[in-house]
Amino acid sequence: MTTAPQPQNPAVQLLTPEGELVTHESYSLDLTHAQYKSLYREMVFVRRLDQEATALQRQGELGLWASSLGQEAAQVGSAFALEKNDFAFPTYREHGVAWMRGVDPMKIMEVYRGISNGGWDPLEHRCNSYTIVIGNQVLNGVGYAMGCTLDQSEDAVITYFGDGATAQGDVNEGFVFASTFDAPVVFFCQNNQWAISQPSEKFVKTPIYKRADGFGFPGVLVDGNDILAVIAVTKAALDRARSGAGPTLIEAFTYRMGAHTTSDDPTRYRHENDLQNWKLRDPIERLKVMLARNGIADRNFFDAIDIDADAWAHTLRAAVRSMGEPAPESIFDNVYADSHEALDAQRAAFLDYHEGFADSGVQS
Amino acid sequence: MTNDLTIAKALNQALRTAMEEDSKVLLFGEDIGKLGGVFRVTDELHKDFGDHRVLDSPLAESGIVGTAIGLAMRGYRPVLEIQFDGFVFPAFDQIISQLAKVHRRTNGSVKLPITIRIPYGGGIGAVEHHSESPETFFTHIPGLRVLTPSDPQSAYSCLLSAIRSNDPVIFFEPKRRYWDKGFVDRTESPVDPWRARIVRTGSDVTVVAYGPMVKTALQAANASEYSLEVIDLQSLSPLDDRSIADSVERTGRLVIVHEAPGNLGLGAEIAARIGKSCFYTLEAPIERVTGYDIPYPPSKLEEHYLPDHDRILVAVDSAMEA
Repeated sequence: MTTAPQPQNPAVQLLTPEGELVTHESYSLDLTHAQYKSLYREMVFVRRLDQEATALQRQGELGLWASSLGQEAAQVGSAFALEKNDFAFPTYREHGVAWMRGVDPMKIMEVYRGISNGGWDPLEHRCNSYTIVIGNQVLNGVGYAMGCTLDQSEDAVITYFGDGATAQGDVNEGFVFASTFDAPVVFFCQNNQWAISQPSEKFVKTPIYKRADGFGFPGVLVDGNDILAVIAVTKAALDRARSGAGPTLIEAFTYRMGAHTTSDDPTRYRHENDLQNWKLRDPIERLKVMLARNGIADRNFFDAIDIDADAWAHTLRAAVRSMGEPAPESIFDNVYADSHEALDAQRAAFLDYHEGFADSGVQS
Repeated sequence: MTNDLTIAKALNQALRTAMEEDSKVLLFGEDIGKLGGVFRVTDELHKDFGDHRVLDSPLAESGIVGTAIGLAMRGYRPVLEIQFDGFVFPAFDQIISQLAKVHRRTNGSVKLPITIRIPYGGGIGAVEHHSESPETFFTHIPGLRVLTPSDPQSAYSCLLSAIRSNDPVIFFEPKRRYWDKGFVDRTESPVDPWRARIVRTGSDVTVVAYGPMVKTALQAANASEYSLEVIDLQSLSPLDDRSIADSVERTGRLVIVHEAPGNLGLGAEIAARIGKSCFYTLEAPIERVTGYDIPYPPSKLEEHYLPDHDRILVAVDSAMEA
């Protein structure tokens, strides 16, 4: 039997798995009761979104879903730390980040239903489209951060990736470029311990956060299921970035409680006991215990949120099921920004072809 | 002041013009600052525009393109230099998976006006990976535009158009012609880079070439007993096949020349299009004169690989005798 790897010291922690507030010599966080309650609510909704989307995929309403189950604290907490003008570069699993950046979840559904490849407008939400190719977005985020420096602005960037992505050249080139140009970027690695079927311990021989040393900037390990520690650590890294001191690598140690995607079957490669162990470290439960134990929230509050989340999920499900599809000829839209006669001609031929079936009554 | 410039200097002048007219234009690449690039195309620009407009990059091509995408998202108009043709491949992933697709993916919200300059082609006696013609990899990709100039005037006009384009442009520079001189009119743009142009009129055979092979085609035209019409494509994507067809309608014969291997090269696409649009006008099979389907050979053997004017003349004769 294998046991779940525990975060090694010195993982920053402000809230224990048992829901106890603890102090840390370098990091602290001062939030209002309303903010604590709001964070709880956001995590519950993100988990409910994940649950609903997984069900919708099983019912054939979505083509695929990449579950964020168990990573709510890492995602919601790190995105909570961002200022409005900061820019986030997520992977395809950062539903909690998109949620916190104000992206309409229906736009996420569009991507996984096969309606759109991007969904939302990245510039409006200052949250890039989900990037599916592992690690590409890290370089894009670093470049955006270099632009912030050139503009002499105080905007900063956070770019997300997983433990698997640390093997990618783009991620390591991102570290080099950010270091070279002192780019105001936070590298936020969610070590969820699984690159599909491969355990991170197999390809991570030096703890991920320690790799930052070799690139010339600080790395910090944080308990990724402790939303308070995640916020504190991310805020500090963003402040450092804004001050012109350059990048920080944060390794948020967490666990992918679900499958890699709905196409995956983790029972083939990992032990059920792992999951049971990590349920004891659940990011939402520990905040709930803290809120209750400190008299910040009571049962009525928790029940009301559950009811709200359920009602909202029902609305989401209905909206997904009745989602329209774009016009067929829209496949030709926006391939180029400037005019393109050859593609215009292809679109016209495509429309003519379909028009040809109109008289015959045959479905094209 | 003479207006005769080398291609390298014409490109340099185009960069300068673009940087003067738009403060968001910045140059990014390996050794392009104080050194001025290995071919000196960015010569003096670092001195005149400074560290914030001319940035020396770390030695990582995916990093150059990947970060340029972020810079463009921030509102910049990066002009990148990939040092040699054979070194673009580490950046291929960012070019194909991100650069070409972001505008479409974001429903037109995010524009990536990025120009990637790549010296390409052989004939300079270089070591491996320094003489390749990888243009077809990029012409195949929707979302990219591909330009290649052949002389100083088209170098100046094409590069300015590439930088002003709101789409990503892969810009192939014919490195063995960098030092060819010619007249450059900088007051206006006498060349439309997105159209093929007739660089020599003729009546017997249309010879289509681009980049370094335009000069070779002109040499063949000078040496041929027949009247050759030489067309310089300039834009490889989109392809201006209408201009080629107009010429073939007059000559009835077509020879296509490129340095890249023939198999599935641009010649194949052009032949398919002209074979259809000029089917009733063609008086001979379409001929292709291309590199062989082999890895680029060592430099002592490259003359056997590169299409020269003799090989073009053989193809012309073949077309005339069909």
